Amino acid sequence: MSKLLAIFSREWRSLIVSPIAAVCVAMFLLVTGYLFYTIVIAASVQTRMMLRMQQMAPQLNINEMILTPSLRNFSVILLLIVPILTMRSIAEEKKQKTSELLLTSPVTVTQIILGKYFAVLALYGVMLGLTLYMPLLLARFGTIAWWPVLSGYLGLFLVGAVFLAVGLLASALTENQMIAAITSFSLLIVMWLLGWAGAATADSQVGPLLMSLSILEHLNNFLAGLIDTKDVVYLLGVIAVSLFLAHRVVESQRWR
Amino acid sequence: MIEVDQLTKRYGSLTAIDAVTFRVEAGEVLAFLGPNGAGKTTTMRILAGALPATSGHARVAGYDIDESPLEVKQRIGYLPETLPLYPEMTVTEYLRYVARIKGVGRRGLRPAIDQAVERCALGQVRGRLIGNLSRGYRQRVGLAQALIHDPPVLILDEPTGGLDPKQIIEIRELIKTLAGAHTVILSTHILPEATAICQRVIIIHQGRVMAVDTPERLATQLRGSAQVRVALRRPTAALQAAIAEVPGVLAVSPAAPEGAAHDGEPVVWLIDCGRDSDVREAVARLIVGADGGLVELSATAMSLEEVFLQLTTDAPDRAARADGGSPDGHAGHPTEHAPAQPSQPSPQPLPQSSKDAG
Repeated sequence: MSKLLAIFSREWRSLIVSPIAAVCVAMFLLVTGYLFYTIVIAASVQTRMMLRMQQMAPQLNINEMILTPSLRNFSVILLLIVPILTMRSIAEEKKQKTSELLLTSPVTVTQIILGKYFAVLALYGVMLGLTLYMPLLLARFGTIAWWPVLSGYLGLFLVGAVFLAVGLLASALTENQMIAAITSFSLLIVMWLLGWAGAATADSQVGPLLMSLSILEHLNNFLAGLIDTKDVVYLLGVIAVSLFLAHRVVESQRWR
Repeated sequence: MIEVDQLTKRYGSLTAIDAVTFRVEAGEVLAFLGPNGAGKTTTMRILAGALPATSGHARVAGYDIDESPLEVKQRIGYLPETLPLYPEMTVTEYLRYVARIKGVGRRGLRPAIDQAVERCALGQVRGRLIGNLSRGYRQRVGLAQALIHDPPVLILDEPTGGLDPKQIIEIRELIKTLAGAHTVILSTHILPEATAICQRVIIIHQGRVMAVDTPERLATQLRGSAQVRVALRRPTAALQAAIAEVPGVLAVSPAAPEGAAHDGEPVVWLIDCGRDSDVREAVARLIVGADGGLVELSATAMSLEEVFLQLTTDAPDRAARADGGSPDGHAGHPTEHAPAQPSQPSPQPLPQSSKDAG
């Protein structure tokens, strides 16, 4: 346990001193901030129009009009940012031959993988936590339902955790950071597109299957304020499978 | 302490090491000697647990490296060929991290770091980023990393690589102080280093162990015949013939081609003689008696360099022979091989061998 913690804290330190992570977090906050801003503007325009047309005010709902679409958009931004966050994780150790130290130390591959995963997950948690200013800001000017917001954040955290696990796997496959980034990006895009393919073939039997395989489809329930066991189990399952594969890859590379 | 039995590693069709077998006793310092690509690093990586062997077994401190790898790793300090350093960490941070993953307890961290820093003379650079250190300091941080958890076994792949002469001497002194309390395996291609700090030397070439012995014994074993070098101003053919008649002398040959020695330069003859006979006194009396103008007379001993070159340059022949025998027999081969030497016109092994090597 203390060895896992040692690997975690080294990884965490090297993440926060690296300019890559700083740029990633900054870009994420910038882009999500911009998206949030446009959604708020669009919502206020829409609100004014609705009031002028003397429609019923109860249809105006801050959660539905602003927060849910914002969080859904964030998940797409994550798709682009996460591969950059995870690309160096294992690839760089191999490139710099520091993996030699890990492999000849009395630590298990599980400790290595988990230590690295939790470090990047912690950074992601901080990054996502920093966007909480959005609901807090809205809460100052209106009433928002907090539970759907929190379940939406939980969903987004889990989806990001899946992306990170896939990114870690991609990083284990190569010693080149660019290749790691491109691999995880491609894997994540495929996972995203599965949902589109599912929607296109919704009437056949494959459609629902593809839909349920797509990561982002599982976000919808969370955003609606619904924590469904099958979504949680699915997302945690994908994380476990990805980390297990990363474990096998690191283990098997010793044999070459 | 370390038992290696028939260790073999193949990469596809390439055999990196072939049935390597040796033992290291506790407290011993042993050097791996061999040209680049001989299999030194491969053997060390397998022992350190960075690489699994294709076949064969190895035990470190009584634990099998395949069956209980964590127990073995706990007892090994390994300095790889490429230093495993994180440039974004300071020396102290790095050593603390290594100590923690090596399982040093929370209370033992500070003493362990202080001791490693002191042993490797890193006091001045403790707080500096590793990325900003010179090559010599990095090498010492690498060494400190291997020593941090005070392991009984140290595996050091070229510990003095990239250091200046003063630092090399310091590291050698450090390794000497480690002997006894620690078992050390190191690899080097600097031969005097092996002679200076090691009790035993393993010469490895093309993945095979060519010889295992003390540096001194290797040198005498390989020298099938002793050689005496004489320089004289007035050589005559009669004198040469007379020397050849001295009991124990096998052959007398000029070191330089005929006619190269006019204008007062002394002519050098090389006198081959049996290993056990000392002919220097008789030869000196003969030359002085014949007024040969003796200016120099010395016995030439074979250095480890020559042993090394001789063992590694005629390897194809040797490897072919080794196929039949057991690996333990390798150490005996130098003795059978060497007597062929005196029949050749120029028996001095060094220039001949280096020509072949090039």
